[in-house]
Amino acid sequence: MGEPVRSKVITLEINGEAYELEVPARKLLVHALRDDLNLTGTHIGCDTGNCGACTIHVNGEAVKSCMLLAIQADGAQITTVEGLATDGELTPLQQSFAESHALQCGYCTPGMLMSASALLADNPSPSEEEIRVALQGNICRCTGYWNIIEAVSTAAQGGKGS
Amino acid sequence: MTSVETTPKTGEETTLERGFIGQDYPRKEDQRLLQGQGVFTDDIKRWGMGYVHFLRSPHAHAKIVSVDVSKALEIKGVYGTLTGDEVALQTDPFFQIASEPGASVRDYALAVGKARYLGEPVVAVVAETRELARDASELVEVEYEPLPALVDARHAMDDDAPVLHEECGGNLAWHGAYEWGDLDAAFAEADHVVKISELHFDRFNSTPLENDAALVEYNRGTGQWTLYSNNQFPGFAVIMMGPALRVGLDKLRIVTQDIGGGFGNKITSHPQLVACCLLARKLNRPIQWTEWRTEFHQSMSHGNERWFQDVEVAVKADGTLLGFRCNALDDAGAYLRYEPLGGVIWSQVTPGMYRWRNIRVDFTQVMTNKAPVSPNRGYSRMQHLWLTERIIDIVATELGLDPIETRKLNYVKPEDMPYETPNGCVYDSGDYPRALDLALELIGHEGLEERRRDAESRGKLLGFGIGSTLDSGTNNFGQSQLINPELQFSGNNEVAMVKLDILGEIVVTLGTAPQGQGHETTSAQVVADIIGCSPDDVTVRVGHDSYWNTHAGFSGTYASQFAVTGLGAVKGAAEELAQQMCKLASMVFGCSPDDIELVDKHARIKGNPEAALPFMAMGAIVNAGNAGFPEDPPPLNARYVFRPAFDVPDKETKFGNLTLTYAMQIHACMVEVDPETGYYEIVDYAAVDDCGSRVNPKIVEGQVMGATAHAIGAAIWETFAYDEDGNLLTPNFYDYHVPHAMDMPPLRTGAIESPSPFTPLGTKGMGEGGGAGIHAVCAALQDALRSRGGALVSDSHNPYHRVWSMLRDPEATRTNVEITSK
Repeated sequence: MGEPVRSKVITLEINGEAYELEVPARKLLVHALRDDLNLTGTHIGCDTGNCGACTIHVNGEAVKSCMLLAIQADGAQITTVEGLATDGELTPLQQSFAESHALQCGYCTPGMLMSASALLADNPSPSEEEIRVALQGNICRCTGYWNIIEAVSTAAQGGKGS
Repeated sequence: MTSVETTPKTGEETTLERGFIGQDYPRKEDQRLLQGQGVFTDDIKRWGMGYVHFLRSPHAHAKIVSVDVSKALEIKGVYGTLTGDEVALQTDPFFQIASEPGASVRDYALAVGKARYLGEPVVAVVAETRELARDASELVEVEYEPLPALVDARHAMDDDAPVLHEECGGNLAWHGAYEWGDLDAAFAEADHVVKISELHFDRFNSTPLENDAALVEYNRGTGQWTLYSNNQFPGFAVIMMGPALRVGLDKLRIVTQDIGGGFGNKITSHPQLVACCLLARKLNRPIQWTEWRTEFHQSMSHGNERWFQDVEVAVKADGTLLGFRCNALDDAGAYLRYEPLGGVIWSQVTPGMYRWRNIRVDFTQVMTNKAPVSPNRGYSRMQHLWLTERIIDIVATELGLDPIETRKLNYVKPEDMPYETPNGCVYDSGDYPRALDLALELIGHEGLEERRRDAESRGKLLGFGIGSTLDSGTNNFGQSQLINPELQFSGNNEVAMVKLDILGEIVVTLGTAPQGQGHETTSAQVVADIIGCSPDDVTVRVGHDSYWNTHAGFSGTYASQFAVTGLGAVKGAAEELAQQMCKLASMVFGCSPDDIELVDKHARIKGNPEAALPFMAMGAIVNAGNAGFPEDPPPLNARYVFRPAFDVPDKETKFGNLTLTYAMQIHACMVEVDPETGYYEIVDYAAVDDCGSRVNPKIVEGQVMGATAHAIGAAIWETFAYDEDGNLLTPNFYDYHVPHAMDMPPLRTGAIESPSPFTPLGTKGMGEGGGAGIHAVCAALQDALRSRGGALVSDSHNPYHRVWSMLRDPEATRTNVEITSK
């Protein structure tokens, strides 16, 4: 009996760049992003998949990257918060967050932005209820959500999508 | 449609010259945070760093018989371990704030001899990866001898209670009797005496989304540690750590950058930081520590749980409150990490917002086999203010008085400001009745009865409640001497530096450690107004570095004080820099400094805009082109220490001014209760804030909203519940439900401004006003249940099953209250 395979080389396309890396089978995608690729904009706030600070887009879907092993993402197209703005030019959604004071400490913000941008890509004119539903998997402890909901709503009303 | 509406400012205008101060200036912090470019502690990496994992006690109370780390050390990639025995040899117990008996607590970075709460760190394991460190800790063999656990503070002083700290001779941490006024006269004068047997303020905390973390490096050549950390009160942390590590504070450099929320919960991470220091030295490599969510819940900074027993209130027939007396029993958990300061902090707001002058509180703090408590947004005042608000609503309900009119009758009046409380605190300014009226207007109180009928038609019970709260800010640390007369702490301070650098850069350095409060933005607004530029021209360094010359004994971000101490220091430093700049320009132009004005990034001669020296030239002249000056040019570098004027309170009478400012919030809420199930929803909510002059109203409103959300969470869902064996039943976000976007009610906010006469900018510290929300929900529930047996709410935390119980058996709650009338 040979040794079991404990790691695997995977390829990922992240924010338009191609990556190839060897990851242990047990490694969470969020740890691969943060620890191996230094994409530290994606945060961790819990052990249980409740907080949403680690939300990214995997093949266009909002996904909590702590609920996925890195090897499960092999071949995926990924967008993280670092991939939203282009050359420092904020997206309308990001601008709307600033204008509505939708962030304080900023720790939940990347996950909020990724959940909200996925919503707006699917549904450019969501109702307030639809916004709340889309954000219910993201915990914020600073704002009470009111300004976040307002920011997403304003970005949507601007017809600007994500 | 947004559910947030802000009323136009209705307060009086302040006397400040308004420029950038007072504007909703866009936050300087946002650009980086929105792009994932903030630097939080876990983002920092070093070559060769080892990840630490703490093996924690699975028992609430147990003797540690033996510890064997050998199997863990055999694993490839494990760098080393640290045990309680090593900690006991290499460090001294942490300094205790308490007088006896709490002073005898021996508290170390790891459990020594005994574990006293479930989740207490027992052994630390360091390895190449975080996963390996966690796995290897499973191989550490710890033999425990479980002991009976003490969970209910009310039994802590029983003869047969398990004793946590034998050195203390029992579980008492601290006791103090507070009495002001003439209680006997008040009760003799009273027409009614309302007795409440017991009220309970529940255990929870604000659970910042980022857990505690540090990256610790040791420099063998100098014996210095550098700790990149998210500790929010570095001034306190180094004072605790230095003596424990047997080094001077110069050996401890604490650096903070972006911090993912704090709310007081990141003040007492010093035990883990000391463990990391010992490991960095022992293993000669950087140590990375990031707490897991479950670890945070099990071990960090629970809010103070408090029982109020034998409450007696003296009331006149018209509802005038004359005074009250009670016993307060505070549950500190297993160690005194910031305690027993909670035993005095509450007295900053002794009478709440009311004019009663006769108050006695017999305060007892005990230790139990639960996680140690530490400051949590509204620290210790929230519990006491909840008591005063509960008293108002229970008295009003039972005597058939209107809770609104009873409040207005008893509120401290605006014309009485500044108002000295029975214990010598000075409420600086405020207009409570006007704030209450605004809250009533915002929530649409005039339509209340119609809404009740509408709810009834749908089979629901509508309830309305008010919560008033004071947010005392800028501590006089002299109050610690009421806890322990031997302590030498008093007053307060904060430091800022402002300089004009070589190429004209305006650079601000702060002593604070913000966690989302926008210090970079508000500091830049203040500096810009003073030296004549835009906030965009001002660079405010991120975070705290105790090796910068802005570290003072009380440096940090806690206890609602930045707008006073931090911005007071910024203002002082900026004004001094402005003087230096005028002096330099006067030397260049050969005129008097009084002839110079600072406008649009230039120093120019008044009335002669052509004679203007750009900031860039001034920085260059002083720093790199200073030959030929007949005397030394000014350094263009100013440091200012803000120190509020305080005296040490009188230790015998416990009388004196404990805080400089008193911001205020009044919340109003409406709930709808399903009488069949006890399920309820908040259907409308209003919050009115008065924190004096607002430097950035949008940031203030954000704090009000956040505090409101914390209050709603604590009132309905958030609790650190323990079973009888001391097992925490809510150790993660699965079981500990924090509000999410679906949970939030419609909210209207409003503000008035009553500038503080005691602060440099008319500002008041704020941000902790959430207690009002807990009370508003309690009051609204009690109101909703009136028509179904009139249950009286006696707990701060009211999950649906508790409301169901109150509906099923209202009499059980009513026996808690007894009225004696003349």
